[in-house]
Amino acid sequence: MSSNKILYLEKQAQTIRQRIISMLAKAKSGHPGGSLSSTDIMACLFFEVMNHSPEKKDSPDRDRFHLSKGHCCPALYAALSLAGYFPEEELGKLRKLGALLQGHPDRRTPGVEVASGSLGQGLSVASGMAIAGKIDKLDYRVYCIMGDGEIQEGNIWEAAMSAAHFKLDNLCAILDYNRFQIDGRTEDIMNLEPLLNKWEAFGWHVIQCDGHNIGELLESFEEAKTVKQKPCIIIAHTVKGKGVSFMEHVVDFHGRAPSLDEEIVALKELKNISEK
Amino acid sequence: MQQLKDEKFYARDVYGKTLVELGKIDPNLVVLDADLSGSTRTSFFAREFPERFINFGVAEQNMMAHAAGLASCGKIVFVSTFAMFASARALDQVRNTIIYNKFNVKIVATHGGITVGEDGASHQALEDINFFRAIPYITIINPSDAWEARDAIIAAHKTPGPFYIRLGRSKIATIPNKPEFKIGKGFIIEEGNDLAIIANGIMVNEALAARKLLKDQGVSAAVVNMPTVKPIDSELIVDLAKKYRRLLVCEEHQITGGLYSAVCEVTSLRFPVLVHPVGVDNKFGQSGSPEELVKFYGLSSSSIAEKAQQLLRQKN
Repeated sequence: MSSNKILYLEKQAQTIRQRIISMLAKAKSGHPGGSLSSTDIMACLFFEVMNHSPEKKDSPDRDRFHLSKGHCCPALYAALSLAGYFPEEELGKLRKLGALLQGHPDRRTPGVEVASGSLGQGLSVASGMAIAGKIDKLDYRVYCIMGDGEIQEGNIWEAAMSAAHFKLDNLCAILDYNRFQIDGRTEDIMNLEPLLNKWEAFGWHVIQCDGHNIGELLESFEEAKTVKQKPCIIIAHTVKGKGVSFMEHVVDFHGRAPSLDEEIVALKELKNISEK
Repeated sequence: MQQLKDEKFYARDVYGKTLVELGKIDPNLVVLDADLSGSTRTSFFAREFPERFINFGVAEQNMMAHAAGLASCGKIVFVSTFAMFASARALDQVRNTIIYNKFNVKIVATHGGITVGEDGASHQALEDINFFRAIPYITIINPSDAWEARDAIIAAHKTPGPFYIRLGRSKIATIPNKPEFKIGKGFIIEEGNDLAIIANGIMVNEALAARKLLKDQGVSAAVVNMPTVKPIDSELIVDLAKKYRRLLVCEEHQITGGLYSAVCEVTSLRFPVLVHPVGVDNKFGQSGSPEELVKFYGLSSSSIAEKAQQLLRQKN
């Protein structure tokens, strides 16, 4: 893994974090915690792993991305704006009446394949895209980011069962395992463990990695591409609110936007990290 | 009546055969089922095109969300299960992930209504049209016979966007002298003078039988077939309201939220007249033969005739 590539992706991730903070502070509502925890995953996908571009957003062989944890769309919107799907100014209109960027992903936004927001459905949606690829004999891959609280939904396990049954090796799920959900710690609200055993028992190839280590993430995505006859899940161990000291591991920031004062502090911290 | 009784078909048989025909001309057509392909007759398609048929096992929510994913990649997706599970079980998936995205997904559900019969209340979908009718964009069709079902399926295939087509389990009589089916249009089958009976599904045949009973009682009833519940044919309803002033709406569904509600919404806004319902009145179903249940729940031709007389007696 070249260190230049890693540095580039870390910078992209940092820009995504800055944009998340600014757009949420302006919107005065939204979900910073899980957006920040999924940022490094998002940076790897949109700026290295996936075959995509705004110019080929309707091309049949593009890689597909689906954000099953739709409430973390600020991370997606930041990545899409950075990749050129729409102008950066749109971020300032997030959650406003008539905006291109809705509170949860919507197909009016260039780059959003399927709306999401109601949890637990995204793995099925992504699996449907993967089946379409198999039917059409196209070799695109499908990537789906899920939240950890979200996999408490039964629909996820229906999809886990069917994707393995259909041997969808073009499907790669990523679990943003930040260990918090809106009401508290996942282990207190509804225990998810043993996660590795669960996914393996359902017939998946499971990779675990540090979800904030770009090198480990890229290696995981590479490994996923080599798996045949099985879907793959990357269990990415992450930190809720990653990158902003007063948001890290703080459940309150699951669904609360930073104030304007908090925005200033957060942006200062995020700048410092990028200058290191 | 003799002729009507002789010509009965399973609408679901016609559905299965129509899917095979469409599959031959459209390589983009994909069919999904959830372990009921023998009953819904998607098994006909599965035999011809196994590579384009996907069985999800007993997992309707998973199936509906998959339909959205497939449609996002340009597939025309027909999804089938029983009406109970297509509507109630997977409503969030259908609402948020199929309909909200305006995807090209055609939900063709069988075993709608009380005439499911012996399986009883858990399998008798009496609220399905109500569930879908409140959601924007979707087209809802409850065909009155097997041939109208065929026309509706072909029309749904040709027309972009989400559809809900409700078929029954039992054989259904063929309605004679039906005009050509068009999405969003009602059709006058028989003219009359005293009131108009508006119906869809199996209730069209009951309404035609009721018309004969009423004729013997000196009442002249028009019978109108209204297969599309959404978008409802407002123009025709206003014309009927103006001409007849008394409308009787018959459906194999709860009175709440289905065709009766749709008709009342039009008349109350545009031309208020007396509109009475024939439907299941705030009750669950139960086991019994389809014929027994139709009588027990007040959906038979004699119940319709009785309700028509009540409607005519009511002062405006």
